[in-house]
Amino acid sequence: MLPFDLASFGKLGSYLGFFGIGVAFGSVLEVAGFGDARKLAAQFYLRDMTVLKVMFTGILTACLLLFGSSALGLLDVSQLFVNPTYLWPGIVGGLVMGVGFVIGGYCPGTSVVSAASLKLDGLTFVLGTLIGAGVFGESVSSFKEFWGSSHTERLFLSDWFGWSTGATVFGVTVLALVFFYAAERFEQRFGTASGKVTWFPTNRVYVAGAAVALGMALSVWGIGQPSPEAKWRNVSAKYQPMLDARDVFVEPLEVAKTWADASVKLVTLDLRPKEAYAAGHLASARNVTYARLAEKGFVEDLVALPPQGVVVLVSEDEDEAVQAWKRLKVQGVTNLYILDHGMQRWREVFSDAPHPKIEMLMKLPKDAFKPKIKLKTTARAAGVCG
Amino acid sequence: MSTSAAAKPFWNPYLSGVLLGIVLFGAFALTHSGLGASGAISRMQIAATSVVAPSHVDRVGYFAAIGGGDRKALDHTSVVMLLGTFAGGLASSIRHRRAKVEVCRGPRLSPRARLAFALIGGVIMGYGARFARGCTSGQALSGGAVLSAGSWVFMFSIFASAYALAWFVRKLWN
Repeated sequence: MLPFDLASFGKLGSYLGFFGIGVAFGSVLEVAGFGDARKLAAQFYLRDMTVLKVMFTGILTACLLLFGSSALGLLDVSQLFVNPTYLWPGIVGGLVMGVGFVIGGYCPGTSVVSAASLKLDGLTFVLGTLIGAGVFGESVSSFKEFWGSSHTERLFLSDWFGWSTGATVFGVTVLALVFFYAAERFEQRFGTASGKVTWFPTNRVYVAGAAVALGMALSVWGIGQPSPEAKWRNVSAKYQPMLDARDVFVEPLEVAKTWADASVKLVTLDLRPKEAYAAGHLASARNVTYARLAEKGFVEDLVALPPQGVVVLVSEDEDEAVQAWKRLKVQGVTNLYILDHGMQRWREVFSDAPHPKIEMLMKLPKDAFKPKIKLKTTARAAGVCG
Repeated sequence: MSTSAAAKPFWNPYLSGVLLGIVLFGAFALTHSGLGASGAISRMQIAATSVVAPSHVDRVGYFAAIGGGDRKALDHTSVVMLLGTFAGGLASSIRHRRAKVEVCRGPRLSPRARLAFALIGGVIMGYGARFARGCTSGQALSGGAVLSAGSWVFMFSIFASAYALAWFVRKLWN
């Protein structure tokens, strides 16, 4: 099941992998003509729409491959790094970048390729981006509040529009095809296509390409993204051993101790019926229904927890908590644990007291319980653009 | 390197785009995250600053988080990817006879003026890319492919301001 983790090859292996991806990336940008500012800037005079065509074909291809393999159960989207949305800072940054693009003729990635092909303007542009990044670092403290505003950690277009993922993929496909058609018309009208390109397919080939894209998008929509239960079947080989080895079952003493630990953000979810919860629960616990664990907004908050966030699931015995663990695990919640033998064990240890006294916890011998909680930062938080 | 021979033509944009998409998918499938460039550029800047003024890097919070104390700003996968991007660009430009010391400029611009505008544009772009938490590759391409709402809004912002300004700077390119 993808994504694969290059880090499992050790540092050297991982670096080689990233280098290889970079080589492929740089080569593709170069053969597309992105090392030449004239070709890039022509985009903004509607003479040569290569930038738009390459970008949207790239996005569309990757999007169809990603969500297509997710629909087929080959890839777990919850494990992918999704750029967090900072709506207004993103808009301002984008507007600023547009200015730099049309004046300087490159964006950061393309300027590196241009510098690599010995273009002096590309090299100068790269130096400029270094200076610009430095100026930003010096000045960000004066508008830190705005820069961190309108933030949603994982906001998909589908959530925004209230569409299914498949419908959104289809919508993006149609949008891209409309753009391609417009791009061709603009080039016919204003074009002085700078430089020849290899391979001029006939219109029939283009129509066939568009049909393939639409067909793939419709299939993604038709198959749908896997439900949490279907996803569990795909990834159970990876996670079931953690349950079998009881690595994620935390004893009441450790839960109480974690609750008292100011450096950990503990989220305790109590899955029992309302009445049972009202009759007595952990001081840290929130009462939730099993159904809520599939709600996007609810799960998003758990996924967006900081690295020192820990989620503990509580039910009367363990069974319900185990089901909940599976459901949340496949949606990408990390640092996820279960209260060992549920409330039954908790009551045995603490009788009915929901708040074990901190002084009492401090007096516990070190080996009073076998600690299970290990804080693990999410692998997907390591975006390359951070 | 036989620069005397004519440079080979660029590839069909849709073909390049499909290849770009496959590379992007490969990056997600192998590394959890997509492609990027500006994060590494920021790291290079911080590394350069720490050579000149290490105490300054420790003082400015934004820099310190990446290159403060004994943190090594350059020891990061994004920097390795950027080196790869450079190597790929170089190899491809040699192979297609486009590796040539020159200044790409509009017909009315002197090379010196073009370099000045490239520098100004670069500074603005470098600033904006940090502001937007990513560049055209890391935000627009990678975020666009995984359908991140912010990335799509960001992408249209770039195009909007570039098109809005294009007429005013047309002498740079036409």
